[in-house]
Amino acid sequence: MNIPYRPLALGFLLLGLSAAVLQRAQAGGHYYAPVADPVVKEECGSCHLAFAPAMLPASSWQRMMGDLQNHFGDDASVDAATAAKISRYLTANAADAGNQRQGGKWLRGVDAGNAPLRITEMPKWVREHRKVSDREWRQKDVRTKANCVACHAGAEKGYYED
Amino acid sequence: MKRTLAIAAGTLLLATASFAGPREDLLAQYGAAAKSAGFSAAQGQALHTRNFAGGKPDTPACTSCHGKDPRAGGRTLAGKDIAPMAVSATPTRYTDPAKVEKWFKRNCNEVLGRECTPQEKGDWLTYMIGQ
Repeated sequence: MNIPYRPLALGFLLLGLSAAVLQRAQAGGHYYAPVADPVVKEECGSCHLAFAPAMLPASSWQRMMGDLQNHFGDDASVDAATAAKISRYLTANAADAGNQRQGGKWLRGVDAGNAPLRITEMPKWVREHRKVSDREWRQKDVRTKANCVACHAGAEKGYYED
Repeated sequence: MKRTLAIAAGTLLLATASFAGPREDLLAQYGAAAKSAGFSAAQGQALHTRNFAGGKPDTPACTSCHGKDPRAGGRTLAGKDIAPMAVSATPTRYTDPAKVEKWFKRNCNEVLGRECTPQEKGDWLTYMIGQ
Protein backbone atom coordinates (compact mmCIF):
# COMPACT_ATOMS: atom_id res chain seq x y z
CA MET A 1 0.00 0.00 0.00
CA ASN A 2 1.23 3.39 -0.95
CA ILE A 3 0.68 5.85 1.87
CA PRO A 4 1.04 9.51 0.84
CA TYR A 5 3.29 10.50 3.73
CA ARG A 6 4.09 13.98 2.53
CA PRO A 7 0.58 15.34 2.04
CA LEU A 8 -0.46 13.64 5.28
CA ALA A 9 2.38 15.20 7.22
CA LEU A 10 1.58 18.56 5.71
CA GLY A 11 -2.06 18.15 6.65
CA PHE A 12 -1.23 17.31 10.26
CA LEU A 13 1.19 20.21 10.44
CA LEU A 14 -1.54 22.58 9.25
CA LEU A 15 -4.03 21.16 11.72
CA GLY A 16 -1.55 21.54 14.57
CA LEU A 17 -0.74 25.10 13.58
CA SER A 18 -4.35 26.21 13.40
CA ALA A 19 -5.08 24.58 16.74
CA ALA A 20 -2.16 26.47 18.26
CA VAL A 21 -3.34 29.74 16.75
CA LEU A 22 -6.88 29.17 18.00
CA GLN A 23 -5.65 28.41 21.49
CA ARG A 24 -3.51 31.52 21.49
CA ALA A 25 -6.45 33.60 20.40
CA GLN A 26 -8.57 32.21 23.20
CA ALA A 27 -6.07 32.33 26.02
CA GLY A 28 -4.30 35.05 24.28
CA GLY A 29 -2.85 38.46 24.46
CA HIS A 30 -6.13 40.29 24.61
CA TYR A 31 -8.17 38.67 27.35
CA TYR A 32 -9.13 40.65 30.45
CA ALA A 33 -11.40 38.72 32.81
CA PRO A 34 -14.77 40.49 32.93
CA VAL A 35 -16.45 41.52 36.19
CA ALA A 36 -17.94 38.40 37.79
CA ASP A 37 -19.53 39.97 40.88
CA PRO A 38 -23.23 40.80 40.28
CA VAL A 39 -23.23 43.93 42.46
CA VAL A 40 -20.11 45.32 40.79
CA LYS A 41 -21.53 44.43 37.39
CA GLU A 42 -24.76 46.27 38.12
CA GLU A 43 -23.24 49.35 39.75
CA CYS A 44 -20.30 49.73 37.36
CA GLY A 45 -22.07 48.50 34.26
CA SER A 46 -25.24 50.59 34.02
CA CYS A 47 -23.80 53.57 32.17
CA HIS A 48 -20.74 51.99 30.56
CA LEU A 49 -19.24 48.55 30.13
CA ALA A 50 -18.23 47.21 33.54
CA PHE A 51 -14.54 47.57 32.77
CA ALA A 52 -12.25 44.69 33.69
CA PRO A 53 -10.59 45.32 37.07
CA ALA A 54 -7.26 44.14 35.58
CA MET A 55 -7.16 47.24 33.38
CA LEU A 56 -6.08 49.56 36.20
CA PRO A 57 -3.78 49.19 39.20
CA ALA A 58 -5.33 49.06 42.67
CA SER A 59 -4.22 52.62 43.51
CA SER A 60 -6.28 53.96 40.58
CA TRP A 61 -9.39 52.05 41.60
CA GLN A 62 -9.03 53.29 45.17
CA ARG A 63 -8.73 56.92 44.10
CA MET A 64 -11.69 56.55 41.76
CA MET A 65 -13.89 54.94 44.41
CA GLY A 66 -13.03 57.79 46.77
CA ASP A 67 -14.71 60.37 44.51
CA LEU A 68 -17.73 58.76 42.85
CA GLN A 69 -19.72 61.98 43.24
CA ASN A 70 -17.50 63.41 40.54
CA HIS A 71 -16.92 60.37 38.34
CA PHE A 72 -15.37 61.90 35.20
CA GLY A 73 -17.95 64.64 35.47
CA ASP A 74 -20.90 62.41 36.37
CA ASP A 75 -22.52 61.68 39.71
CA ALA A 76 -22.03 57.94 40.20
CA SER A 77 -22.28 57.90 43.98
CA VAL A 78 -23.44 54.75 45.77
CA ASP A 79 -24.05 54.07 49.45
CA ALA A 80 -21.01 53.47 51.65
CA ALA A 81 -21.50 49.73 52.07
CA THR A 82 -21.83 49.17 48.32
CA ALA A 83 -18.80 51.37 47.63
CA ALA A 84 -16.71 49.36 50.09
CA LYS A 85 -17.77 46.10 48.48
CA ILE A 86 -16.96 47.36 44.98
CA SER A 87 -13.58 48.71 46.14
CA ARG A 88 -12.67 45.34 47.63
CA TYR A 89 -13.50 43.53 44.41
CA LEU A 90 -11.68 45.96 42.14
CA THR A 91 -8.48 46.06 44.20
CA ALA A 92 -8.43 42.28 44.68
CA ASN A 93 -8.56 41.84 40.90
CA ALA A 94 -6.54 44.89 39.85
CA ALA A 95 -3.72 44.84 37.30
CA ASP A 96 -1.11 44.70 40.07
CA ALA A 97 -3.00 42.23 42.26
CA GLY A 98 -0.47 39.59 41.26
CA ASN A 99 -2.87 37.10 39.76
CA GLN A 100 -3.26 38.77 36.37
CA ARG A 101 -1.97 37.26 33.15
CA GLN A 102 -1.69 40.73 31.62
CA GLY A 103 -0.42 42.54 34.69
CA GLY A 104 3.22 43.00 33.73
CA LYS A 105 2.67 44.06 30.14
CA TRP A 106 -0.29 46.26 30.97
CA LEU A 107 1.58 48.15 33.70
CA ARG A 108 4.77 48.77 31.72
CA GLY A 109 5.55 52.48 31.68
CA VAL A 110 2.97 53.28 34.37
CA ASP A 111 4.10 55.52 37.22
CA ALA A 112 3.21 53.47 40.29
CA GLY A 113 2.59 56.52 42.46
CA ASN A 114 0.53 58.39 39.90
CA ALA A 115 -1.26 55.87 37.66
CA PRO A 116 -4.01 57.13 35.35
CA LEU A 117 -7.67 56.98 36.39
CA ARG A 118 -8.76 56.55 32.80
CA ILE A 119 -8.05 53.18 31.21
CA THR A 120 -7.64 55.07 27.93
CA GLU A 121 -4.58 56.82 29.40
CA MET A 122 -2.76 53.60 30.20
CA PRO A 123 0.38 53.49 28.00
CA LYS A 124 -0.45 50.08 26.58
CA TRP A 125 -3.99 51.16 25.76
CA VAL A 126 -2.59 54.16 23.89
CA ARG A 127 -0.09 51.96 22.02
CA GLU A 128 -2.73 49.42 21.05
CA HIS A 129 -5.05 52.12 19.70
CA ARG A 130 -2.50 54.33 17.97
CA LYS A 131 -3.74 53.35 14.51
CA VAL A 132 -7.38 54.27 15.18
CA SER A 133 -8.15 57.52 13.37
CA ASP A 134 -10.01 60.54 14.74
CA ARG A 135 -12.68 59.92 12.14
CA GLU A 136 -13.27 56.44 13.53
CA TRP A 137 -13.49 57.71 17.11
CA ARG A 138 -16.08 60.28 16.06
CA GLN A 139 -18.38 57.75 14.40
CA LYS A 140 -21.94 57.81 15.65
CA ASP A 141 -21.73 54.28 17.03
CA VAL A 142 -18.48 54.93 18.90
CA ARG A 143 -18.81 58.46 20.32
CA THR A 144 -16.50 57.81 23.27
CA LYS A 145 -13.33 55.85 23.88
CA ALA A 146 -15.13 54.24 26.82
CA ASN A 147 -17.40 52.42 24.37
CA CYS A 148 -15.22 49.32 23.94
CA VAL A 149 -18.01 47.14 22.51
CA ALA A 150 -18.43 49.45 19.52
CA CYS A 151 -15.33 47.78 18.02
CA HIS A 152 -14.56 44.86 20.35
CA ALA A 153 -17.64 42.68 19.99
CA GLY A 154 -16.42 40.28 22.69
CA ALA A 155 -15.55 42.96 25.25
CA GLU A 156 -18.39 42.00 27.61
CA LYS A 157 -16.86 38.54 27.82
CA GLY A 158 -13.32 39.84 28.20
CA TYR A 159 -12.03 39.50 24.64
CA TYR A 160 -10.43 42.52 23.02
CA GLU A 161 -9.10 41.26 19.70
CA ASP A 162 -9.64 43.77 16.94
CA MET B 1 -68.48 41.62 69.08
CA LYS B 2 -66.04 44.50 69.39
CA ARG B 3 -63.21 42.02 69.16
CA THR B 4 -64.56 40.39 66.02
CA LEU B 5 -64.90 43.80 64.44
CA ALA B 6 -61.31 44.68 65.34
CA ILE B 7 -60.05 41.44 63.85
CA ALA B 8 -62.07 42.02 60.71
CA ALA B 9 -60.76 45.56 60.39
CA GLY B 10 -57.21 44.32 60.94
CA THR B 11 -57.57 41.65 58.29
CA LEU B 12 -58.97 44.20 55.87
CA LEU B 13 -56.07 46.56 56.55
CA LEU B 14 -53.56 43.78 56.00
CA ALA B 15 -55.27 42.77 52.79
CA THR B 16 -55.17 46.34 51.43
CA ALA B 17 -51.57 46.72 52.47
CA SER B 18 -50.56 43.55 50.66
CA PHE B 19 -52.28 44.82 47.51
CA ALA B 20 -50.08 47.90 47.44
CA GLY B 21 -46.84 47.05 45.66
CA PRO B 22 -43.52 48.86 45.91
CA ARG B 23 -44.61 51.38 43.25
CA GLU B 24 -47.71 52.35 45.20
CA ASP B 25 -45.62 52.63 48.35
CA LEU B 26 -43.22 54.94 46.55
CA LEU B 27 -46.08 57.11 45.30
CA ALA B 28 -47.57 57.26 48.80
CA GLN B 29 -44.20 58.27 50.17
CA TYR B 30 -43.75 61.03 47.57
CA GLY B 31 -47.32 62.14 48.15
CA ALA B 32 -46.76 62.50 51.88
CA ALA B 33 -43.51 64.39 51.34
CA ALA B 34 -45.02 66.71 48.73
CA LYS B 35 -48.21 67.23 50.73
CA SER B 36 -49.82 67.20 47.32
CA ALA B 37 -53.40 66.63 46.26
CA GLY B 38 -52.23 64.05 43.73
CA PHE B 39 -49.95 63.34 40.85
CA SER B 40 -50.39 64.08 37.19
CA ALA B 41 -49.15 61.88 34.35
CA ALA B 42 -49.33 64.89 32.03
CA GLN B 43 -47.01 66.83 34.33
CA GLY B 44 -44.74 63.81 34.42
CA GLN B 45 -44.61 63.65 30.65
CA ALA B 46 -43.83 67.38 30.47
CA LEU B 47 -40.96 66.88 32.91
CA HIS B 48 -39.68 63.88 30.94
CA THR B 49 -39.55 65.69 27.61
CA ARG B 50 -38.67 69.23 28.67
CA ASN B 51 -35.25 70.75 27.95
CA PHE B 52 -33.53 72.14 31.02
CA ALA B 53 -30.70 74.64 31.06
CA GLY B 54 -29.47 73.99 34.60
CA GLY B 55 -27.91 70.58 34.07
CA LYS B 56 -25.13 69.33 31.89
CA PRO B 57 -25.06 70.53 28.29
CA ASP B 58 -24.89 67.02 26.79
CA THR B 59 -27.96 65.85 28.71
CA PRO B 60 -30.53 68.69 28.60
CA ALA B 61 -33.53 66.33 28.92
CA CYS B 62 -34.44 62.90 30.25
CA THR B 63 -35.03 61.97 26.64
CA SER B 64 -31.38 62.73 25.78
CA CYS B 65 -30.54 59.22 26.93
CA HIS B 66 -33.92 57.52 27.42
CA GLY B 67 -35.29 58.47 24.00
CA LYS B 68 -38.57 60.14 23.13
CA ASP B 69 -40.76 57.02 23.40
CA PRO B 70 -40.91 55.62 26.97
CA ARG B 71 -41.92 52.23 25.57
CA ALA B 72 -38.74 52.06 23.50
CA GLY B 73 -35.24 51.71 24.88
CA GLY B 74 -32.55 54.33 25.17
CA ARG B 75 -28.78 54.54 25.12
CA THR B 76 -26.27 56.07 27.53
CA LEU B 77 -23.58 58.44 26.29
CA ALA B 78 -21.05 55.66 26.81
CA GLY B 79 -22.98 53.33 24.53
CA LYS B 80 -24.94 51.13 26.95
CA ASP B 81 -28.51 50.21 26.07
CA ILE B 82 -31.18 51.35 28.53
CA ALA B 83 -34.33 49.25 28.93
CA PRO B 84 -37.61 51.11 28.27
CA MET B 85 -38.85 53.22 31.18
CA ALA B 86 -42.54 52.39 30.67
CA VAL B 87 -43.79 49.74 33.07
CA SER B 88 -45.73 48.07 30.24
CA ALA B 89 -42.47 47.50 28.37
CA THR B 90 -40.22 46.71 31.36
CA PRO B 91 -42.47 45.22 34.08
CA THR B 92 -39.65 45.05 36.66
CA ARG B 93 -39.26 48.83 36.71
CA TYR B 94 -39.67 50.78 39.99
CA THR B 95 -40.00 47.72 42.22
CA ASP B 96 -36.76 48.47 44.10
CA PRO B 97 -37.20 51.79 45.95
CA ALA B 98 -33.47 52.23 46.62
CA LYS B 99 -32.74 51.89 42.91
CA VAL B 100 -35.44 54.41 42.03
CA GLU B 101 -34.06 56.95 44.51
CA LYS B 102 -30.48 56.35 43.35
CA TRP B 103 -31.33 57.16 39.75
CA PHE B 104 -33.60 60.09 40.56
CA LYS B 105 -30.75 61.64 42.52
CA ARG B 106 -28.13 61.11 39.84
CA ASN B 107 -30.22 61.91 36.80
CA CYS B 108 -32.07 64.92 38.18
CA ASN B 109 -28.71 66.41 39.09
CA GLU B 110 -27.37 65.72 35.61
CA VAL B 111 -30.41 66.97 33.70
CA LEU B 112 -31.97 69.65 35.92
CA GLY B 113 -28.88 70.63 37.86
CA ARG B 114 -30.70 69.92 41.14
CA GLU B 115 -32.53 67.13 42.89
CA CYS B 116 -36.14 66.55 41.86
CA THR B 117 -38.93 67.47 44.26
CA PRO B 118 -41.25 64.75 45.62
CA GLN B 119 -44.01 66.24 43.47
CA GLU B 120 -41.87 65.91 40.32
CA LYS B 121 -40.89 62.34 41.22
CA GLY B 122 -44.51 61.39 41.82
CA ASP B 123 -45.69 62.96 38.56
CA TRP B 124 -42.93 61.29 36.57
CA LEU B 125 -43.52 57.90 38.18
CA THR B 126 -47.26 58.19 37.58
CA TYR B 127 -46.56 58.90 33.91
CA MET B 128 -44.27 55.85 33.54
CA ILE B 129 -46.63 53.51 35.43
CA GLY B 130 -49.41 54.50 33.03
CA GLN B 131 -47.31 54.01 29.95
